Amino acid sequence: MKVPFSWLKEYVEIDVTAQQLAEKLFSCGFEVEELTYVGAEIDRCVVGRIEKIEKHPDADKLKVCVLNCGQYGENIQIVTGAPNVAEGDVVPVALENSSLHGGVKIKKGKLRGVDSFGMLCSGQELGITDDWYPGAEVDGILQLDKDTPLGKDIKEVVGLDDYLFDISVTANRPDCQSVYGIAREVAAVLKKPLAALELQYTADPAFGTGERVSVTVEAPDLCPRYIAHYVRELKVAPSPLWMRRRLALCGLRGINNVVDITNYVLLELGQPMHAFDLKKVAQNKICVRRAAEGEKIVTLDEKEFTLTPENLVIADGGKPVALAGVMGGLNSGIGEETDELLFESAKFERANIRRTSRRLGQKSDSSARFEKGVDAYTTGVAINRALNLIEALGCGRIARDRFDICAAKMQPVVVKTSVSQINALLGIEVPKAEMRAILERLNFNVAVRGDALTVTAPAYREDVEGYPDLAEEVIRMYGYDHIEGTFLKNASVTQGGLTDAQAKEERTKAVLGGQGCSEIITYSFISPKDYARLRLEEEGKRAIRIRNPISEEMSVMRTTLAPSMLETLVRNIRRGNPAARLYELANVYLAKQLPLSEMPEERRTLCIGLYGAGEDFCTAKGAFEAFASAFGLCFAYAPAERPFLHPGKCAEVSCGGAAVGYIGELAPDLARDLSVEVPVYIGELDFAALAEKMGGQPQYVPLPKFPEVHRDLALVLAEEVPCAAAEAAIAEGCKYVTSVRLFDVYRSEQIGEGKKSMAFSVTFTPREKAIAPEDADGYVKRILKSLHEKLGAELR
Amino acid sequence: MKEQIQALRAELEALFAQEEAARWTERQAYEHKMVYLGKTGSISALSKGMRDVPAEERPETGKLVGELRAWAEEKFTALEEEIRARALAEKIAGEKIDVTLPGKFAETGSVHPVTLVRRELIEIFSGMGFDVYEGPEIEKDYYNFQALNIPADHPARDMQDTFFVTEEFLLRSQTSSGQIRVMENKKPPIKVLSPGRVYRSDSDATHSPMFHQMEGLVVDKGITLNDLKGLLDEFARRMFTARTKTRLRPSYFPFTEPSVEVDLSCSACGGAGCRLCKGTGWIEVLGAGMVNRRVLENCGIDPDVYTGFAFGIGLERIAMIKYGIGDIRLLFEGDVRFLKQFRN
Repeated sequence: MKVPFSWLKEYVEIDVTAQQLAEKLFSCGFEVEELTYVGAEIDRCVVGRIEKIEKHPDADKLKVCVLNCGQYGENIQIVTGAPNVAEGDVVPVALENSSLHGGVKIKKGKLRGVDSFGMLCSGQELGITDDWYPGAEVDGILQLDKDTPLGKDIKEVVGLDDYLFDISVTANRPDCQSVYGIAREVAAVLKKPLAALELQYTADPAFGTGERVSVTVEAPDLCPRYIAHYVRELKVAPSPLWMRRRLALCGLRGINNVVDITNYVLLELGQPMHAFDLKKVAQNKICVRRAAEGEKIVTLDEKEFTLTPENLVIADGGKPVALAGVMGGLNSGIGEETDELLFESAKFERANIRRTSRRLGQKSDSSARFEKGVDAYTTGVAINRALNLIEALGCGRIARDRFDICAAKMQPVVVKTSVSQINALLGIEVPKAEMRAILERLNFNVAVRGDALTVTAPAYREDVEGYPDLAEEVIRMYGYDHIEGTFLKNASVTQGGLTDAQAKEERTKAVLGGQGCSEIITYSFISPKDYARLRLEEEGKRAIRIRNPISEEMSVMRTTLAPSMLETLVRNIRRGNPAARLYELANVYLAKQLPLSEMPEERRTLCIGLYGAGEDFCTAKGAFEAFASAFGLCFAYAPAERPFLHPGKCAEVSCGGAAVGYIGELAPDLARDLSVEVPVYIGELDFAALAEKMGGQPQYVPLPKFPEVHRDLALVLAEEVPCAAAEAAIAEGCKYVTSVRLFDVYRSEQIGEGKKSMAFSVTFTPREKAIAPEDADGYVKRILKSLHEKLGAELR
Repeated sequence: MKEQIQALRAELEALFAQEEAARWTERQAYEHKMVYLGKTGSISALSKGMRDVPAEERPETGKLVGELRAWAEEKFTALEEEIRARALAEKIAGEKIDVTLPGKFAETGSVHPVTLVRRELIEIFSGMGFDVYEGPEIEKDYYNFQALNIPADHPARDMQDTFFVTEEFLLRSQTSSGQIRVMENKKPPIKVLSPGRVYRSDSDATHSPMFHQMEGLVVDKGITLNDLKGLLDEFARRMFTARTKTRLRPSYFPFTEPSVEVDLSCSACGGAGCRLCKGTGWIEVLGAGMVNRRVLENCGIDPDVYTGFAFGIGLERIAMIKYGIGDIRLLFEGDVRFLKQFRN
């Protein structure tokens, strides 16, 4: 919301600087995002009169001028090439060491041997158009009024000596989406009176609006108030400079008086206005109705839209002439030849305008205001203001009456509350008189009876609902610096902290940290291509799609963490990081059916990924084992296949008989496609399922009374016998075995082709009595016998 | 006999005097000792030979033998001690190492900076009696918007560009959705934190389409804006420094009334003004306010009996300020050189 300082000063006597005002506005809830000095680029450019012109001795096209710039020198020599200068002209002069629009710097110089102490300026060099000063767009030097005081700063002459506030207005204050709305706040915060708007106009008793046109509203739900007023004998012409400058300050170009008036009222009051050329309205009928299915409109910017009954239109006897609140139709606008018009000031329902604007992708200043909300009260004020300006600019005769079709409730909001209730919410004591004064400065009507307050909100404040809104008005003006911290002094004592499940996650992170794994956080959405790359297209089809993703790369909610992990590992490899051990503990999103009709399952999943010197399948598995052992879980591994993993180096992980995940090496062909030359390992575990299996508090088991006995067994086994089978056979061979741990695998010619030697360290834990060495030898014999029978194993 | 004694003593003195004796190993010293003092050694032989000494000479001869034995034992003991001491010194000298060699250890992994901030916040607030509730990320429009006093097509929806899955389901744009789920299931007193991932269609150096928020909610009898300020003061002091101050200023959120933006005095310059705070001395860190009556009503809590406040903190924002991280995208790239800077 751009607001010129000079415009605010029309309504409020401001006795602080623009910077001070910005701070005041900030403190009462209006953040000035940017405060710019409009003429910031222009420096040392003043008014000068050309006293004498001589031809340049060495150049036909150059003229040597002598300038009188008042206090800056009455005899300044400047060489110019401009054709449109004559003695006696008053022009903008950029003195030496001055700066102009676009960062241009002017220095003293020589042109073909003649000294020049500055430059004569065009409007363009000052960054202005005809809206700022007449003639600013001519090709040549800007000609100023002959009576402009010499030596005066050009910024003051052309309207650049001003500040522009770019104010962020919160969504609850649509009434402040206007210069006058901000002026109301400025008056309140500065404790100054606010000048009333000029709203009077002279109506012509000779004719009425209804005699010329009929207006009906068929959709009062979408159009709570519609005002239409007839103006004839229109004289379309450029609007006066003061109006055009204000529009230009706010970034709008002057078009003609009628269009400028609608824009001016929009900026001043926040009410979008529209003017229909009645000659172009068929059958002298205006009807506010829902569009018929498939009905078409071409808007002012020559775009065609096909409409539905969701869209509100202003139609004449036959066709839509405006997309209500968004944009006029191409053929109903005001032109040079227009001699009668119908002014529209309406309140359209904001949600509908928003929807229409979004669906059609058509936006305007008007739709932006309606989306934020226009109040029905201001709709009435604005039409009067527009007519006042029609009269002030002398551009037409105004009908004696109007259509004002109003379904909106116009009763102001009344809040019954009390000083103590407001103070109780704030937690401080704002004195009653202060509270009342603040509310009254904001145009609330306050009736006080003891502690009780009956507060009537101003008609334009549709955001006020109850006493907390009043509390906010009071505190934002009284000052948040009055709020002093108390520490929940009335609150009940409660017991806080993590739930058991949350604490397990924290412990998991600690365990994995101990394994050298660093935590990553990656986006929850991935690309359908990620599924394709990992040959998981089928799984990808079950993923939840975002309807309006930022890009295809971030368009589906992941059902597996593996693609993100792989991407992160590959990024690390490409950046030349020699090794990485990473994990992510995050949700995957599992739809019960698509499209989504009930809450999907969000399942906590743990993914690890690693690569680097010394890493292999077993070190990757080791990270899982460390996690399992820390939580007293027992994982089993069986050969398995995953579409994106090496078929010979992939295991399914199960716990208590239930599958809980997988681990393996990235398939070599995928690695090749990604130009990854080191083995990469990825594993994923269903953390949610495992969390349920994690033990609670530990239970003490008495220590064995007798020392454990250890034996090492080196076995020769067929190559295809898996380690797990040998371990199981050893454990089953004797009831005293409590641990079997592989410590070496060895292959050689001596052992034989297709065979391997595996060395296990076996622990026997005694129970009732000590295990003597001879007993242990006996157990080993029994174990070897059973190993031989089951697996064909031999002692090496 | 006396001659024998003297000869043995001379022999032993010669033995001890030779340079070689000093280089004997412990074993060699023992073997030499046995030659004289062992059961069959020459001194023991003297003792056995006493029988042949005339009776009148025995006391004197016996004494001389005794003295020789005592002397020899003492000499051998001294020699052995010397040898042991020397061997120890040699062993120690040989085992000297370079103590600046690197230690051997398994490198510890790191915790993501967002997790560090999350932990710290939970620690601060759980001590004040806050529970932790994690709501769903794929959320119903009702919880993310409508129940929070943001009806369909409300302009406040523009404050957050939301990702939609269907008409009804969306990716939550704020952890405030957790407020409603908590209040639907729990009656006051309520003190709860709701951390988690949130999503907005926005991406640049300071905005990420996915980021983390932590919502805080307190609902009880007699809760005031002062309490909100006091709580946030404590948060600021513990999260940053004891000198960090908070500043409230008016703002708007549909689910709180009054609503405030909360600024912290800049931790980099202490409020003097620097690049981090863009010269203002203050850094905007969170939004907060008193829970809107309508929100309480939507959850079946009587707003005439209970009041409350809520606040929402962006975890990435806190992490970036606290650790001096300039670009939010670094947080989601998973570069180990970045990650390893954040130890537990």
